[in-house]
Amino acid sequence: MTTLEFTLVVFLISAVAGFLGALTGLGGGVVVTPALTLLLGVDLRYAIGASLVSVIATSSGAAAAYVREGYSNIRIGMFLEVATTPGALIGAFLATRTPTSALPVIFGLMLLQAAWQSSRQDPDEAANAAPDILATRLKFDSSYPTSGGQRPYHVGRVKTGFGLMFGAGAISGLLGIGSGALKVIAMDQAMRIPFKVSTTTSNFMIGVTAAASAGVYLSRGYIEPGLTMPVMLGVLSGSILGARLLIVARTRVLRWIFGVVVGLMALEMIFSGIRGRI
Amino acid sequence: MAVWNDERLERIVAKLLRAGVLLSAAVVLLGGICHLAAHAAEPVAYRKFQPAEASYRSVSGITGAVARADCRAVIQLGLVLLIATPVARVAFSLVAFAFERDRTYVFVTLVVLAVLLYSLIFSH
Repeated sequence: MTTLEFTLVVFLISAVAGFLGALTGLGGGVVVTPALTLLLGVDLRYAIGASLVSVIATSSGAAAAYVREGYSNIRIGMFLEVATTPGALIGAFLATRTPTSALPVIFGLMLLQAAWQSSRQDPDEAANAAPDILATRLKFDSSYPTSGGQRPYHVGRVKTGFGLMFGAGAISGLLGIGSGALKVIAMDQAMRIPFKVSTTTSNFMIGVTAAASAGVYLSRGYIEPGLTMPVMLGVLSGSILGARLLIVARTRVLRWIFGVVVGLMALEMIFSGIRGRI
Repeated sequence: MAVWNDERLERIVAKLLRAGVLLSAAVVLLGGICHLAAHAAEPVAYRKFQPAEASYRSVSGITGAVARADCRAVIQLGLVLLIATPVARVAFSLVAFAFERDRTYVFVTLVVLAVLLYSLIFSH
């Protein structure tokens, strides 16, 4: 392929990645890494560098809309970020010591189950969390826009959520996967935060987490300008569109898309674990 | 003087993010057009890993190469600006929480910012 053709193909794939990443709170990396490595045969290290940039692009591209509309909860995001970052550092440290391929398989199965559960839940039926003393003290309770106007919500099980966020960070560091899926699941399932608030708050957090490791990848030369340029521009365009759609989309549809994307991610992890590629 | 509350904070954060993203995208696009103008017809694959040149791996190297009108360095500069947007967002939140006199969140945000800056500066 010539540089021009390659750039256009990568731009289009990245636009889809940014669109799905913004809509689900998973970031663009979920699509960018497998597409570049499996479809285009790009070296994994270049793909990881590009994927990291794509996560920041999704996060910042979609965030302007989410913050302005009042979906993402910056207090919850900032507080949980305190748990995720040390978790990720410990996970990355352990990664060099756990050569087993059983881990991605076990974790993939867990993720598959969680994806199934998240996609099935009917948001209107789901009872909102009972007020939690810690959540009240931390000023987590807020409101978010719905078709029927601003709807207030409570946040439950803060301690469980904090612990899960630590685990989310550790597993993402250990397996080298984006932590967005676990963040959304922890906020949605454990803390009972409304789905749109969960995905948009995850969208804020993944940008911060990715920025923390950007220095390492830049200095190791993983960020190749010619390859990352169409990834960044594509993901950004896609994420802006995805953010617009999230605002008007029904929660049930968003849950379904989230379930499918996380389910595919889990399957990919299980297969690569079985083939011993991780 | 207007009061510092969460709504005002969010409006400013949204503007800050949009400005950062648009600026970085414009720089990457400029570098990209310039890069493609010179290399559009050449074959490319990125199948074999060769670390990016040293001048693209640090902020000082990148700014030096931009000064020499290196197109690929212009792309890299835009990417560095993009990486800086979440950092700027956290830093701004710190200032805003301080204005709100919300001590808990000043502390929380300080921890996040410290870890972020530490890993950006010292991890390599």
